[in-house]
Amino acid sequence: MEMSLHSSLGLTDSEYDMIVEVLGREPNHLELAMYSVMWSEHCSYKSSRIHLGRLPSQGDRVLVGPGENAGVIDIGDGIAVAIRMESHNHPSAIEPYQGAATGVGGILRDIFTMGARPIALFDSLRMGPTSDSKNRWIFSGVVSGISGYGNAVGVPTVGGEIDFDETFSANPLVNVAAIGILPKERLVLAKASGAGNLAVLLGASTGRDGIGGVSILASSGFDESSAAKRPSVQVGDPYEEKKLIEACLELLDMKIVVGIQDLGGAGITCATSETAANAEMGMDVYVSEIPVRESDMEPFEIMTSESQERMLAIVRPDSLDKVMEVANKWQISASVVGIVRDPVSLKSGAKVGLLRVFDKPDGELLAEVPAASLADEAPKYRREMKEPEDLNARWSRVAGANADASNLNSDLLAMLFDAAWVYRQYDHQLFLNTVTKPGQDATLLKASGPGVRYTGKGIGASADGNSRWCFVDPRLGAATVVAESALNVALVGAEPACLVDCLNFGNPEHPTVMWQLSEAIDGIAEACKALDVPVVGGNVSFYNEANGTDIDPTPVVTTLGIVPSLVARPPGIGFTKETHLVLVGETERNLAGSRWAYQLKNDRSGALPRLDLDIHRSLIVAVQGLVRNGDMYSISAIHDISDGGLALALAEMMLAGQFGVEIFEGAVAGHVELFSESPSRVLVATDNPESVISYVSGHNLKGSVIGDVKDSRLIVPGLLNLGLDELRQAVRQNSSI
Amino acid sequence: MTSKRVGIVVFPGSNCEHDVAQVLNNSGIETEFIWHGRSDLGEISGVILPGGFAHGDYLRPGAIARFSPVMSSVIDFAGQGKPVLGICNGFQILTEAGLLPGALQKNARLKFLCQEVELEVANTTSCATSLAHKGEKLRLPINHFEGNYTCDLKTLESLEANNQVVLRYLENPNGSMNSIAGICSKEGNVVGMMPHPERACDDLLGSIDGLQILKSYASNL
Repeated sequence: MEMSLHSSLGLTDSEYDMIVEVLGREPNHLELAMYSVMWSEHCSYKSSRIHLGRLPSQGDRVLVGPGENAGVIDIGDGIAVAIRMESHNHPSAIEPYQGAATGVGGILRDIFTMGARPIALFDSLRMGPTSDSKNRWIFSGVVSGISGYGNAVGVPTVGGEIDFDETFSANPLVNVAAIGILPKERLVLAKASGAGNLAVLLGASTGRDGIGGVSILASSGFDESSAAKRPSVQVGDPYEEKKLIEACLELLDMKIVVGIQDLGGAGITCATSETAANAEMGMDVYVSEIPVRESDMEPFEIMTSESQERMLAIVRPDSLDKVMEVANKWQISASVVGIVRDPVSLKSGAKVGLLRVFDKPDGELLAEVPAASLADEAPKYRREMKEPEDLNARWSRVAGANADASNLNSDLLAMLFDAAWVYRQYDHQLFLNTVTKPGQDATLLKASGPGVRYTGKGIGASADGNSRWCFVDPRLGAATVVAESALNVALVGAEPACLVDCLNFGNPEHPTVMWQLSEAIDGIAEACKALDVPVVGGNVSFYNEANGTDIDPTPVVTTLGIVPSLVARPPGIGFTKETHLVLVGETERNLAGSRWAYQLKNDRSGALPRLDLDIHRSLIVAVQGLVRNGDMYSISAIHDISDGGLALALAEMMLAGQFGVEIFEGAVAGHVELFSESPSRVLVATDNPESVISYVSGHNLKGSVIGDVKDSRLIVPGLLNLGLDELRQAVRQNSSI
Repeated sequence: MTSKRVGIVVFPGSNCEHDVAQVLNNSGIETEFIWHGRSDLGEISGVILPGGFAHGDYLRPGAIARFSPVMSSVIDFAGQGKPVLGICNGFQILTEAGLLPGALQKNARLKFLCQEVELEVANTTSCATSLAHKGEKLRLPINHFEGNYTCDLKTLESLEANNQVVLRYLENPNGSMNSIAGICSKEGNVVGMMPHPERACDDLLGSIDGLQILKSYASNL
């Protein structure tokens, strides 16, 4: 049977019927192409929208919440901070360098679209094991892409995370977050208001790259034929983007832009329909006026191309000369491609803004659709949800009960990885903001940038995810990820203020995947409510599957925190002097979801350790106090216990410093306690343990001295005995790809 | 003290211009951004070519920037013996423009490198090291893909013979000949260096060793 046109574009029969109903007639080819990209899973969130509303998005500091290009919060002193996170998993899987590079480019446009100067990038990468050559190709391509684009575009990549797991072998996760800073009054929204105003397309010309990227590539899974989708991957040019950033910020400073929108997924169709719909206006677009890279491009190609480094600015006609002057200075192309129109009145009396596409000014009408029907009225699906059949059986077993615990030294060595190989390839210092470099619990930045003076405030940020916890229990796993991320920013002295998420899941047509998503959203919501951290933006990436197998559910969050008065560098995680070691918090003897049981022993059973959000909230407050007053409590290092448990935390503290640690006899009962990843625990190296313990007990937290920082060996009596040199050698071995 | 003003040349693709300006301004030095399309430098006492990716580093770093209209004025300015400092991409541009000998090729291991390095001051007569002591150790960040200094052997001999090596890496990170991190013209008024002194001028960021370079430079305005 021959495939119908709408099916080949990724639209279902019922979606086609909806389009016919909206238009009151059959759509033509161009109109169908426009609906297919705008109603794609990637652009419309049609499978996740009904769930996303459960995330808390309100807060005193929130200026712009979810649904806009980026979330924006007020950090005081007239300064606002914009933040956004997005996935670029599918493009990176088939074209690692360009996939990752254009992921960076896209997220930066989301930031400066708001009027913010991008000042920091974070990347959260999940790859298959590097023992496989294809995984190595993907990993090194992704890192080169982020490095090549981020460095040249002039935005430092200041933090991130990297994890390896078999589940990501055919479908790696490349999640990128960006932070921007702006004077509060420069905030702009993507609105095309004012009939007669001009739509000016700025930046690169439009080519055939990335046509149908959102519908063909991002909205279906992988199989053997995926390489054929390579032409759907866009190609990035960081130099063009750099000029575009400078030109757009200059235009916004001149206050001659009514609204502005970036062109990303779904290209000019998305930018024109969204800006028009946001202002409840219509827009006429002239295909002939859009500069193209190739001759003989069809209107549907021009309207749906995802060519990178393009922005759509809405300007008043009398400002056009000035806009052209700025574009000329920065050597970027600027063309009037459309005009804002009043909405038309229907017979029913309702007003509707139409997106009309003409071949040229006063030319032939090629497409005519209600702008809002493209942008906001995509179908919403309440897809079937079902918990995994083996869930209760898994939860009722004890994790790691039968696992071999006779080689704990080598088990720990296998967990070590040094991300320095990755972040050394990223400029992480531009703009002179980076107080703590990558490799710590969180990144600490001075809150400043070109055009925004430093007023003494700091920004802490951390990107976190854990696919193992979320497979075992998507709800509690996701809540624990949020808890860890919020604690991480506290570990550099920041008060958690908001977060953005990237929800990486499998095929939404599989009921267990929808159950995982729904559970994860509830988990994030619970933790965010309890910790008072609103979700100001996010992205959902579905169809992360290969050959019919879904990835483990992996919500990733980037938490942003504020340091009200940045006076000293935080202690950091490294053992830099001989001293005492205090454990704050209590350990649950439970290996469920731990790297040790799950990854090393291939045991996915057990119910996750408990997360008490009241205790966790106290811990976050207490940790901020300890870090900000590190001198008062004689603290030389502080680090949370998370992935890899106490064992990995101790090894990381040694590797980041130059001393070993000896844990007291009886302080750690056995390997279960050693590798448990139960939350809400922090290690503190201090000369004055009494003061730390008494301070945390004032926050209803338990603290105890568990060992001494000294010499150069990691000793946990009866469990671990390793030299710092052995740790270093293992890191080198595991980290060379 | 008469007010001294430094012109910081901005090419499309430059990105360290704000950082250099911030550090100089904090030390009481006025700065002015000079757009690459200008052909006159105006009233300034020194020129800095900052880091970044001028003209996208297309073709090769500095290869297009040397043709920007501003460069002929920079060459004249240098010819008058006035201080010209090129940092990172600025160093690459100075070699392409013929103000300094040699070239910067890709790092030996073919990876971008952003890390702190330890350097030794090898010359204290250049405009960027005049306040330092010979042999003084400085910790400064590098941030480049093309920082591997190379030249023909005759040039290398004459650089060494004329005391034109300004900074040397203690542990060579990128394969540079003779561990060269920075050089100067024979007269010492034109200096190019791969490390970023402006990134090490704030205790909060971890180091203030870069002030030694920028204060030296300021003292020669």
